[in-house]
Amino acid sequence: MTVKQQLENLLKKRILVLDGAMGTMIQRYKLQEEDYRGHRFKDWPYPLKGNNDLLSLTQPHIIGEIHRQYLEAGADIIETNTFSGTTVAMADYHMEDLVYELNVESARIARQACDIYTTQFPEKPRFVAGAMGPTNKTASLSPDVSDPGFRAITFDELRVAYKLQAEALLDGGADILLVETIFDTLNAKAALFAIDEIQEERRIDIPIMVSGTITDASGRTLSGQTADAFLISISHLNLLSVGFNCALGAKQLTPYLETVARNTEFYVSAYPNAGLPNAFGQYDETPATMVTQIHEYLDKGLVNIVGGCCGTTPDHISAIAAAVSNYEPRIPRPLALA
Amino acid sequence: MSYDISENPRYLKLSGLEPLVITPQSNFVNVGERTNVSGSKRFLRLVKEEKFIEALDIAREQVEGGAQILDVNFDDGLIDGKYCMVKFLNLIASEPDIARIPIMIDSSRWEILEAGLQVVQGKGVVNSISLKEGEEEFIRQAKCIRRYGAAVIVMAFDESGQADNYQRRIDICKRSYDILVEKVGFPPEDIIFDLNIFPVATGLEEHRRNALDFIEGTRWVRENLPHVSVSGGVSNVSFSFRGNDTVREAMHSVFLYHAIKAGMNMGIVNPAMLEVYDEIPKDLLELVEDVMLDRRADATERLLEYSERFKSVKKDKTEDLEWRNQSLQDRITYALVKGIDRFIEEDTEEARLSVAQPLEVIEGHLMTGMGVVGDLFGSGKMFLPQVVKSARVMKKAVAYLQPYLEAIKDNTKSSNGKVLLATVKGDVHDIGKNIVAVVLGCNNYDIIDLGVMVPAEKIIQTAIDEKVDVIGVSGLITPSLDEMVHVASELERQNLQLPLLIGGATTSKAHTAVKIDPKYHNAVVHVNDASRAVSVVSSLLNRDKSNTYSLDIKKEYEEFREKFLSRQVEKEYVSIQEARQNKIKIDWESEEIFAPQQLGIHIIENQDLSDLLSFIDWSPFFRSWQLHGKYPEILHDGVVGEQARELFDDAQKMLKKIVDERLLKARGIFGIFPANANDEDDIELEHSGEKYVFRTLRQQLKKAEGKEYYALSDFIAPRSSGKQDYIGAFCVTAGFGTDELVKKYESANDDYNAIIAKALADRFAEAFAEYLHHQVRTKYWGYAADEQLDNEALIAEKYRGIRPAPGYPACPDHLEKQTIWKLLQVYENIGTELTEGLAMWPTASVSGYYFASPHAKYFGVGRIKEDQFADYVRRKGIDAATAKKWLAPNLAD
Repeated sequence: MTVKQQLENLLKKRILVLDGAMGTMIQRYKLQEEDYRGHRFKDWPYPLKGNNDLLSLTQPHIIGEIHRQYLEAGADIIETNTFSGTTVAMADYHMEDLVYELNVESARIARQACDIYTTQFPEKPRFVAGAMGPTNKTASLSPDVSDPGFRAITFDELRVAYKLQAEALLDGGADILLVETIFDTLNAKAALFAIDEIQEERRIDIPIMVSGTITDASGRTLSGQTADAFLISISHLNLLSVGFNCALGAKQLTPYLETVARNTEFYVSAYPNAGLPNAFGQYDETPATMVTQIHEYLDKGLVNIVGGCCGTTPDHISAIAAAVSNYEPRIPRPLALA
Repeated sequence: MSYDISENPRYLKLSGLEPLVITPQSNFVNVGERTNVSGSKRFLRLVKEEKFIEALDIAREQVEGGAQILDVNFDDGLIDGKYCMVKFLNLIASEPDIARIPIMIDSSRWEILEAGLQVVQGKGVVNSISLKEGEEEFIRQAKCIRRYGAAVIVMAFDESGQADNYQRRIDICKRSYDILVEKVGFPPEDIIFDLNIFPVATGLEEHRRNALDFIEGTRWVRENLPHVSVSGGVSNVSFSFRGNDTVREAMHSVFLYHAIKAGMNMGIVNPAMLEVYDEIPKDLLELVEDVMLDRRADATERLLEYSERFKSVKKDKTEDLEWRNQSLQDRITYALVKGIDRFIEEDTEEARLSVAQPLEVIEGHLMTGMGVVGDLFGSGKMFLPQVVKSARVMKKAVAYLQPYLEAIKDNTKSSNGKVLLATVKGDVHDIGKNIVAVVLGCNNYDIIDLGVMVPAEKIIQTAIDEKVDVIGVSGLITPSLDEMVHVASELERQNLQLPLLIGGATTSKAHTAVKIDPKYHNAVVHVNDASRAVSVVSSLLNRDKSNTYSLDIKKEYEEFREKFLSRQVEKEYVSIQEARQNKIKIDWESEEIFAPQQLGIHIIENQDLSDLLSFIDWSPFFRSWQLHGKYPEILHDGVVGEQARELFDDAQKMLKKIVDERLLKARGIFGIFPANANDEDDIELEHSGEKYVFRTLRQQLKKAEGKEYYALSDFIAPRSSGKQDYIGAFCVTAGFGTDELVKKYESANDDYNAIIAKALADRFAEAFAEYLHHQVRTKYWGYAADEQLDNEALIAEKYRGIRPAPGYPACPDHLEKQTIWKLLQVYENIGTELTEGLAMWPTASVSGYYFASPHAKYFGVGRIKEDQFADYVRRKGIDAATAKKWLAPNLAD
């Protein structure tokens, strides 16, 4: 049985739990510049504090520990520490050449953590989702207001960068590829293009999760698409799931999940933030409050995979895991035969 | 086809920013084709001249005209198709009103198709691929298109050519379908077949079945190849009747009628070239159907004969007075809708004689007609200039009834409510406010218009005394924003219970939500367009709904505010020292400074208006009437073109009158002076032994490393450079006489011409500023003596040097106007005043500085921090409170 078949069988039976925020957990360690550098990069000529992906190389035990906390909390799927693991995003730290290694190592750390739990509790297998973030550039928006036709990056540049990341994640042992926090659909399409090339080249069927982000209450992505237009624009590959994460709290996400749940033949995922940021930019929704909101998804039968984004912690995930265990998963309507 | 309810049906789903799902129930999907270099000469010309921004207007017209998919094509030997495709699609992506609909990337070259696919975020359509180059290439392209996530048009074309009969069409479609679905795994719902529409009635025997074969082929495809769509370019079918639009229009609708029934569900159709099927004359219908369906051997001959006969009947252009034979009410309604005042008095008289009370004419006949106008306007079928003309007819009718009404002393006329309108203290701009007044007046609201420069106390007192239902305040210059905040605070302090409307060019929903709304507990609504004013006011005053509406509005603005403020915290600023260290770097050492030909002050006593005509920028004139688009293209716009032409004709008439009879007087003054900048962003100059200082403000909003922070003083050589530089200052006005002219029209109940007059005075002032700048560049200063630019290039500011105006983004401090007034003695010399609010009077005036440096360009200062504010207060020697009042919109929180 392939991993994809295994996942599909599980998804038919129950709602799967995704882990919570990596960044929020890293913050708890109050790491300083020298912690980020570790021994290996102590002479790197550029500041490295804030390069969370790098911690997979310099503080791997911390990343492993965070993964284990989420698995302990009941996560079925954990995300690799690779949100910025592309040559495009790593250019900020002049670490483009380390991208392959970063992704392989991150996937390996997550793989090891999962394997320990799967061996211990074989009735609840755990999966590694290779996280592919949006990068810090947009292919369909101009960063220069006075030159709307300008683009800071092309489709091909993104495709090449994403392909390198995806290959490394798979090589390091990722089960799933998760294209996430999509604010510009064109970036995501470049990632999907790259993944589909790999599927053909390696003759494999990769479970692909796609997760967009609706950035404001008008119900649009940053690049201007409505939730249903977004869904149509990324549904050309055979995806495992589609859904939304980040940007808004669980409550605000409901109408967009409804749109997607109604219209897609794929499974639906949601991993919102712990509420909206307060005046100081912090997320402070408690696990109990967040779960109350998530109950709405469950009551309406909207989701198959639930987890948390910014501000969520193992406590949130354990509350979510407890909540979903009482519910049947959403049954997607299959596409009519050709 | 039947679907199990538990399955997701296979519909063709496309997307731009919004979805387009084509179901069996969908109406025919219209593809816009004017953004195709072979479909539109105008588009081709604009693309060749790299005028992409104007080319975007064509795309916008298509969308506004109802296109559901936008076909974009740059296949022309003389242009770089790949470059144009990417450039144009990128520009479309930044126009949400266009990018709303899916894109059809149209080219015969694969590299252009692929370049297009790489810049479209939505799911578009590739137009087209085919088996022309063989199966291998077909599969490769289809696979790639699928990977990009697009649908595809497949032409009925194979290795041996284009399908031109029924059998070839269905054979090629079947073969293409099987390859796509079975070998490529292409979703069948994403396949659209183009079965080639060829002309009929060409006289050639083999073309007789062209339409019929297409229609029959379409039927076969839709019945035998599940889930696919069928498309085509319709105008081809009538190719042989070019020049005879009546026949062509009938042919198109007959063809579509049958093709759609057979299953054609999308295509390229020019809506202007389409007759309503039911309205085709019976004899013509029969002839056309004979041709389309190949029903008679002599069908072509008979249609030709008909078309020859038809050609001779030309449409009569003389005035059609048939409407005068209709019933009284129909005549009045017609006159109001069409804005014809010629017969309104006699019709009003007839109506008056038919009722007991003259008031019944207003409440009955006239309001019935205005109701029709309101409905048409509300549904977008009438445009603002037409409505204002309707109001003119209405006013004329009411004026006629006035003596009869007064004789009865009946003041019980019912109205929808009372609206108080005013331009706030310190501001004199009122064109927008007047339009809102007219539109609300048309909708049976009583308007109390307090005019311009109205202090808050007067607004509030009048509101109480007259028991108004709504207050609307308007303003154009930035200080008016703070005056509006003041009005709201005063309304709150005196505990009024009225909603407040905010309007005017500088107002915004953001400012209203963040600064005004929190000051007042009642509803505060930003209304920037006259057509919205009616729906907002009627919702606010609706007895049943007004409470919930007000609460909703309150909530909407609160949410908007929170969102806005939460975004604001992100902004970072640099200190004024840091900003100054990163000023625009000009190598003054090697810079050549052009010494002006004539220093000192020059006065233009009486500017000949006819010199200014060619400098007029007409686009803002149309904008003031809410007709959006660029001049001259707007005159041929599919939606507003007719209105724009009519308005333009009326404006031309008045323009001629103004010039011939010298109804407006234009005066100007300018000076050029030796000047240098100091280290604190000031520009110091000397005139007649006196020293003057222009204070400029510097950008502080944090930019990327290495970027410069601008201030206008950067464009003037610093004293430390040891080089002598120069600066100019000017004020022009074309407004003397405007008031008299406007009053004349207003007293004749002619708001339409009153508003035109005002708008023209504004245009003349702007044209004068442009003209004078040109004179200064080429003559008085003389650094551009050989400049050759047409008006379009002038509007696009393609010349060297700038003329920024105090109160605008590059120099937002209105107080600096006082320095210009003192330096040039503007009031003493030409009579233009500065009001207490630092607006100019007459309103149709422009003032500013001249900078001649080739480095000079326009920019926005944006917000400044406390450090620069304190520094500015110190430099300028004014008290902080005064400075704060004027700079408030530019202070970072």
